[in-house]
Formats: sequence, structure tokens, C-alpha cells
Amino acid sequence: MSQLLLDVNGLTMRFGGLVAVNGVNLKVKNRQIVSVIGPNGAGKTTVFNCLSGFYIPTEGSVMLKNQQIAGLKDYQISRKGLVRTFQHVRLFQKMTVIENMLVAQHRHLNTNLFSGLLKTPNYRRLEKDAMEHAAHWLKEVRLLDYANREAGNLSYGQQRRLEIARCMVTQPELLMLDEPAAGLNPNETKELDELIISLRDEHEISILLIEHDMSLVMGISDHIYVIAQGTPLADGNAEQIKGNPDVIKAYLGEE
Amino acid sequence: MSEFSLYLLQQLINGLTIGSTYALIAIGYTMVYGIIGMINFAHGEIYMIGSYVTFIVIAGLLGMGIVSLPIILVIALVVAMFIASTYGWTVERVAYRPLRGSNRLIPLISAIGMSIFLQNFVVLAQGSRDVALPPQIIGGWNFGDPSTFEVSLSYMQVLIFAVTFISMTLLTLFISRSRMGRACRACSEDLGMTNLLGIDTNKIIALTFIVGAALAAIAGLLLGLYYGVVNPFVGFIAGLKAFTAAVLGGIGSIPGAVLGGLILGVTEAMTSAFFPSEYKDVVSFGLLVMILLFRPSGLLGKPEVEKV
Repeated sequence: MSQLLLDVNGLTMRFGGLVAVNGVNLKVKNRQIVSVIGPNGAGKTTVFNCLSGFYIPTEGSVMLKNQQIAGLKDYQISRKGLVRTFQHVRLFQKMTVIENMLVAQHRHLNTNLFSGLLKTPNYRRLEKDAMEHAAHWLKEVRLLDYANREAGNLSYGQQRRLEIARCMVTQPELLMLDEPAAGLNPNETKELDELIISLRDEHEISILLIEHDMSLVMGISDHIYVIAQGTPLADGNAEQIKGNPDVIKAYLGEE
Repeated sequence: MSEFSLYLLQQLINGLTIGSTYALIAIGYTMVYGIIGMINFAHGEIYMIGSYVTFIVIAGLLGMGIVSLPIILVIALVVAMFIASTYGWTVERVAYRPLRGSNRLIPLISAIGMSIFLQNFVVLAQGSRDVALPPQIIGGWNFGDPSTFEVSLSYMQVLIFAVTFISMTLLTLFISRSRMGRACRACSEDLGMTNLLGIDTNKIIALTFIVGAALAAIAGLLLGLYYGVVNPFVGFIAGLKAFTAAVLGGIGSIPGAVLGGLILGVTEAMTSAFFPSEYKDVVSFGLLVMILLFRPSGLLGKPEVEKV
């Protein structure tokens, strides 16, 4: 339970003279939901971009299961079990729901070019496994009935759920969600809340969450980090954060 | 049928023949553009190399005393596709991959450089004169009244239709059904996201160049045999024509490239039916200008949405 999955130390990202992230530390243990909150422009997404290999951090270390991942390519990081979503939905809009799920399993379908054209028994078996795996996750996010729809035609809430399912078929150990509740109605937010908790409790993965919906964050997080203007401000559980005067100041401004 | 409509039919057949080979080359442009948003101007040269390899292989096999036409064609096709694909892959690896992520103009200039390099490389290796090959596939069918106008459909034209049709069917199956094809489509929608799902997109991009080059080599074989002549400069004009076809159909769209190629081929044939045939290039590039002015996204392309 308490094994350390992700250990970020002194993460700093500079763009020329601008310090976007300054000395951020994060720890995520196995089977934990950890949130990163902070006012707009605090550098939360930049932190995500550094962790997922989108940016190479200027300074600091990012250890995933005691392995340094800072500076690796994004596909290499994702293969090590760290997968992310974005603030805006990034599905393959013109592909069907099931195809989105199959693309995500591309590297698990370890077959060569010709076996795909010739449909060898091994290829068929792997495709079948991938289909079953995809179907399992579509059922989990209640999208199985939409498997052959074009992803772009789903409702916004469905697209959000499909994104999470698509991440899950890559079999991650740490899922990073960047504002998953943005644009969802209260009902959909509640469903998302349940989905995230089930990912931790039933599928035993860890989740690193950026979110503005405070009721969602406070309700599900095991640990919360607050950053403001790129610098760590506070961390602790929901109660500690709610009562922290620095946090209140950062959000509401000084009197 | 009247003499005039037979004449039109003949031009239609000729146009579709040339058009289908334009389509084969255009697919290479459109697939690469669809994924990395760059025009691979060296693609026409790959086609030209495909033609040369075909000629060399056929001459070699005939010299060795192998006369069975199907065997010669199959060997020539396989060797041409293999060598052209190797060139396509190498060009991407050497001239484009190191420039990935830089300003869009830079790989474009590199592509033009690569095109000039390949052209001159072939000039040095093979000479700049026309190389001719006696026609291998002779004969055909004739329809209509010999006393007025006879429509001819040569076996070579039939071969071009058949090979093009088979190639495109295989390509469509590959793109829509196979795992790699699925990854190609994913890349063309969102390269960054595909990367984040753990797919090595460099491999997919390399594959796109290989597939495009193989199709260009097929076109090289077909047009080489059709015209019976090749020189190091045929790639330039054929490349421009195929590029026009790709833009006409909507660059980035594979069905668009096929449609664009056929329209362009027929337009050229119809132009040479009524005007001196030198005007056909004027008309096809005029068409390119018109498309860029009035429908830059092409016939089947979607208007470009700026990616975030």
C-alpha cells in the first residue's frame, strides 16, 4: 500500500527567463489519489507536461518506480506505465470508439506487418484479446453500446469517459488526469468521481489529478498539493488544505 | 456510336490510364502530408528511380535469357518496390527526421534539396539521356468501325488498370483493417496523442514513407513500360502532376488523391483531344492554381483547422 510510485523532487521548468515551475515536489504512493490544485496559471499543466515527457524539465528528478524518467521520450514514459489525458478532449475523432481503444493497445499487439495482412492465427488471437480487453473497459465506462460510433459523435461526457478508458487499456500504473471534470454537468461529475474511486479501489492504480472542482478534489483525494505561481505552497489531506491560511490567501487574495 | 463519341471514349480511356498512375504517386504525397504536414518533394524522384530499376531489372532478366513475361514483370515489380522503398525510408531518415519539430519551411527546403540530389545522382549513375526499352506488352482490343474511328484498349492499359486497382484495394484494406493502418490513421489525426499512447510514431512515419515509395515504384514500373522511355527528369514533372492531383482531391485524403489523379488524367487527355497536346500541362497547372484560389482544401478535403 505505501510503496512509493512517483517521486518528484525539485522539479523546475524555465522558458527563457520565465520560471513556470519552481522546485515542485510530489509523491504518489501505490493506490492513491493525489490532486494538484492552484489558481489559474499556477503551472499545474506544466508539471504534467514535464512528467509525461512533453517538456524536458530544466532541473529536478522524476522517479517512477525508482527509475529516472525525466528526459525520456513521451512514448517511452507511457510504456513505463504513466499515461495522461489533456484539458481538452483528444480522441481520434474520426475513428470509431472501438478503434480508439485498439490503437491504444497497439504495442501490446506485437505482430509484424505481414501477419496483419495475412491474418495469421496468432494475429487473430491477439486481436481477439485486444477486443475483449477493449470491450471490458468500454463496459466499465458504460460505452459498450457505442462501440461502433465515431468518437467525435459522442456527447462530451462520453468522450471524457472514453478518454479514461483509452488510457486504461494501456495498463498504466499511474493515470494523470488534467481537469477531467471541466465542462461536465453535476451528474456527470458525480459519475466521474465514482469512476476515479473505482480505478483506485478495484483496479489498484494511482491517480494524479489536476482539478478546479473543489468538491471533487476534497471528496476523493488522499493527498493534495497546492502550487501557486509555480512554487509549492502547501500539501496535506483535504482538512489540512481547507484550513491552511496560505491556500485561502492564494485563492482569494489578501485582505 | 458516332465517330465523335468514340473519339471521346478513346480519350477517356487514355486519361484514366495516366490518371490512375498519377493517383498512385499522389497517395504518397497525401499520406505523408496527412501525418507530418509536409510536402515530400523528393517523392517524384522515387517514382523515377522505380522506373529505372524496372528497366534495369527487365534488361537484366532478358539478358539472362528469361523470356516469360509474367515472371519478368513480377520480379521487376518486387525489386522496384523494394529498392524504391529503401530510398523512401532513407530519405526520411536522413533528410526529414532530424528536422522534425523545426519550422515547416525547413523540411520543405530539405525535400527540394533531396529531389535535386536524387536527380543528379541518377544523372551521374545512369547518364542524362533517355533510356528506352522495347515494348514488352504488345497488342490489345479494338472496338468500332475501322473505316471511321477505332477505339483501342491495349493490354498495357488493362494491366495499368488492374495493377492500380489491386494496389489501391490492398492499401485500403491495410489502412482500414490492419493494426499498422489503424496506427497510421491515429497519427494523421493527432500525432502527439498517438505518441502518448505508447506508440513509436517515428516507426509509423517511416512506414508511411515506405508504403508511399512502394506505390510510386508501382507507378514507375507501369508508366515506364507504357511510355517505353525513362530519363532522370521524368520524376520532376510526374511529381508535380501527382502533387496537383493530391491538392485537387484534398491533400491528406487518400480517396481524394485517387479522385484527383483520375480527374487530372482525364482533363489532360481531353485537353489534348481538342488542343495541341503541349497545352495539357498548361491546363493541369492552371487547374492547380484555380483549386488553390477557390477551394484550397480540395474536393474531398476538409477546411484546415488550426491545431492547438
